[in-house]
This record gives sequence, structure tokens and C-alpha cells, in this order.
Amino acid sequence: MIEVKDLHKSFGEAHILKGITTTFDKGKTNLIIGQSGSGKTVFLKCLLGLFEYEQGSISYDGKIFSNLSADERTELRSDIGMVFQGSALFDSMTIAENVMFPLRMFTKQSKSEMEDRVDFVLKRVNLDGAHHKMPSEASGGMQKRVAIARAIVNNPKYLFCDEPNSGLDPKTAIVIDNLIQEITDEYQITTVINSHDMNSVMEIGEKIVFLKDGHKEWEGSKDTIFRTDNKAVTNFVYSSELFKKVRRMYLEENQ
Amino acid sequence: MKYLHNIGTYFLMIKDMFRKPTKWSVLKTLILKDIDDLIIGSLGIVAFIAFFVGGVVAIQTSLNISNPLIPKYLVGFATRQSIILEFAPTFISIIMAGKVGSFITSSIGTMRVTEQIDALEVMGINAINYLVFPKFIALTLYPFVISIAMSLGILGGLVACVYGGYGTMDDYIDGVQNDFIAFHMAYAFIKTLVFAFILATIPSFYGYFMKGGALEVGKASTTSFVWTSVVIILLNFLLTSLLLG
Repeated sequence: MIEVKDLHKSFGEAHILKGITTTFDKGKTNLIIGQSGSGKTVFLKCLLGLFEYEQGSISYDGKIFSNLSADERTELRSDIGMVFQGSALFDSMTIAENVMFPLRMFTKQSKSEMEDRVDFVLKRVNLDGAHHKMPSEASGGMQKRVAIARAIVNNPKYLFCDEPNSGLDPKTAIVIDNLIQEITDEYQITTVINSHDMNSVMEIGEKIVFLKDGHKEWEGSKDTIFRTDNKAVTNFVYSSELFKKVRRMYLEENQ
Repeated sequence: MKYLHNIGTYFLMIKDMFRKPTKWSVLKTLILKDIDDLIIGSLGIVAFIAFFVGGVVAIQTSLNISNPLIPKYLVGFATRQSIILEFAPTFISIIMAGKVGSFITSSIGTMRVTEQIDALEVMGINAINYLVFPKFIALTLYPFVISIAMSLGILGGLVACVYGGYGTMDDYIDGVQNDFIAFHMAYAFIKTLVFAFILATIPSFYGYFMKGGALEVGKASTTSFVWTSVVIILLNFLLTSLLLG
């Protein structure tokens, strides 16, 4: 579980995060949603330890990140898997080498043990047989699956995904969403997804945190988001006619 | 103020380059790859330029000697001195700032733009050590490139001199051997090692700390070439004053 308490982050005069307090539960897909410029990416980068923050705390299963020594931070980071918006695969390595990279860096496994693990995770993300392809030869959906495979290869406790569906067609986006949810459930990972894809919100949002202008405006789940009367949330989530209809139908059916 | 900030950041990067080293089994592969990219990959262009510039130096020297009192061996002597003292260590380094420096800046800059550096940092890897240290180690072989440039420059001078009809082979070889000071070689290789460090670190700095997108990668490469060249020229002056002055 990740606990965030009264998190503040500024860049010069610009106060980006204004006292966010929330928790991200283990074994659940936790979504951070909000409009562009609401502070989602800054929040995610603070969670990852890529940005230092001025006030507040972030704790990973009780360990407060800012209190950890450099070695303890490194150890904690080996428990973190990250799927970047653009996949961030190392373009000088093959798909198998990309997935093997965290194992080479952080474990003392033999080459055959690492190869077995790579085979296993590539099969798990339905990429069996793509070992020797270069990232540039893979489609956007394949690259995302390689990024997920790389993120989970070292059995992380925490999985972070930044816009995992951006640039993907709706069908592939659902495949990626389902894959993340299955992996979260199967390995009991604390997964945090930064998204503004409403399909993801409806499909896998077991916990949803809605940010507006740097503060937490609302939190709930994919079920409670239908019933909320928070104007900012409804304006954002049900901005399209399709989602307005979906909401109306849901509320009529569940009255 | 911005320059002071950049200088400070550069020295902090140098410190981080030696901190928290990457696992040896991974580092070994990176070093071998960088030797291939930076050293082996530069041999062709360095050999080509050194050979022909050596030839031009010999021809120019020969054409500018009209006084019959000046000995014929001076062509070989002047070519050797020009090549060993300045052309090979300094001007090949300027060329390498364009070739190797741009490659380093653009490859690290592209990694920054495509979040590959963020991916390394999230994993808890010291990205500066992972990316810059292997390049620094690979470029410790740079004196090998410069010694090839020296040899081929002098050979180019010989070929141009003899086959262009500007002098005899015996005169040229006599000149190359005449009044040879071993410390000049030491001076050249001290400069070469200093320039190798500059070639590895300044382009890495501009790649690592770049901000923006693809356009900025191009701009960073240009800036990196300019500053690498400026620092090489300034250090050349400083080292020459200290070692030969």
C-alpha cells in the first residue's frame, strides 16, 4: 500500500500539487485522473521519487520515502516497475534484452535462469516469439506489452503506468487494460495508473483519484463514479454524449 | 549566471560519474560497445584526414622553401613537428568533437526525450555512471587513434613529397628523424588524454541535461560541438604554455 499525506510540490512560483492526501491499495488498480495540467504527471513523478517535494510524505508499506538512505531508496526502487507513456524501451537492445535488463542489473541469476524468466513474462504478455525483434520493429501495442513485461519481470511490489493507452487503438487499449488488471490481481501488486482514458476508468478503476488544479477533488471507484454529483468529475468524465448516455442508462438500471 | 550554473552542474556530473558503479557484467558490455562506436568507428575518417593533411603540409612546406641554403630535409622535419605537436592531438580532437561528440550528445539526448533515462532512474540505476562512465573508459583508448593519425600523417607527407617530386625519400626520412625530442610525444599524448576526457564528458553533459523534444536534440548537438571545441582550444593553449612554455 502507498500512503500519501498532504503532498505539496512547486516549480518556482507555480504551486502544482496542493496538499494531496490519499492511499493506493495493494492488489488494486488505482487510477489518477484529471484534465491536462491538473498535476497528474507531477504527482506520479513524486510517487516515483523522480521529483523532490516541499511538504508532506509518501510511504511505501510504512517506509517513508524521504526518510530512506540512498541505499534504501535503491532497494525500494528495485521493487518498483514502471510503464512509461512512450514505453521507454532501450532502442539499442532487443525485446528480450529489454525485459532481461532489470534481472541483469539487480539479481545474481544465471543466464539460463534469466532466460527462463524472460520467456515466462513474454508469454504472460502474449509476446512469445518476439524475443529477437528490436523495439523499432514492434507495433505500439507490442511496445506497451514489452514495457509491462520489463516492469513485472523482477516481481515488483508496486507498478506505475503513465498513460498506458495513449496512442493505441481502442481494442489494443482494452487488451492492455485487462493485462494490467490481471497482473495486479495475480501478483497482488499496488498498481497506480495515470490516465485520462475514460474506457480505462470504467473498465479497471477499482480506485479512482480525481485531481483538479493540483488538489484531490474526488475519490471513489468505477461504481461510485456513476453516482457522484461532483460537478468537476461529471463535467470531466461525462463530457462526451456517449458517456452521458452510458451514465443515464446505468442510473436507470440501478435505481 | 547560467554559465556558472552549467559549470557547477558539469562538475557534479563528473562526481556522479564515479559514484554508485554499474554492475561489472553490464558495464563490460557497455564499454565494448562504446569502444566499437567511438574508437573503431572513428578510425576510417581519422586515417583519411590524417593521410591527406600530412600530404598537404609536406607540399606547402616544400613550396614555401625557396632559399637554397635551407636544407631539403626540412620538409620531413616540419611535417613531423606539425603533425605530432598540433595536427594529430588538437585538430583531430576538433574533428572528433564533431563526429564522436555529436553522436554522444544525440544518443544520450534521444534517451532523455524518449524517457529511457527516466526508466533507468526509476529502476534505481545511476544513469550518469551507466551512460557516461563507459564512454570515458572507451575514450582512454583515444591515444591509440591519435598515434595512428600521427603515423599516417607523416606517411602521407612522405608519399606526397616523393611522388609529387618535392624531394627524395632519404631527405624526408632524414628530416623526420632529425632533432627528435621524445618529450614532444609525451606532450602530445598528455594533451590527447585531457582531450579524451573532454570529448567524453562535455557532449554527455549536453545530452544528459537537455530539455525538450527532437528539435532540441539537434540544438544540443550543435551547442555541444561548439563548447567541446572551445574547451579543447583553450586547454591546448594552457597545456602548451605549461608543458612547452
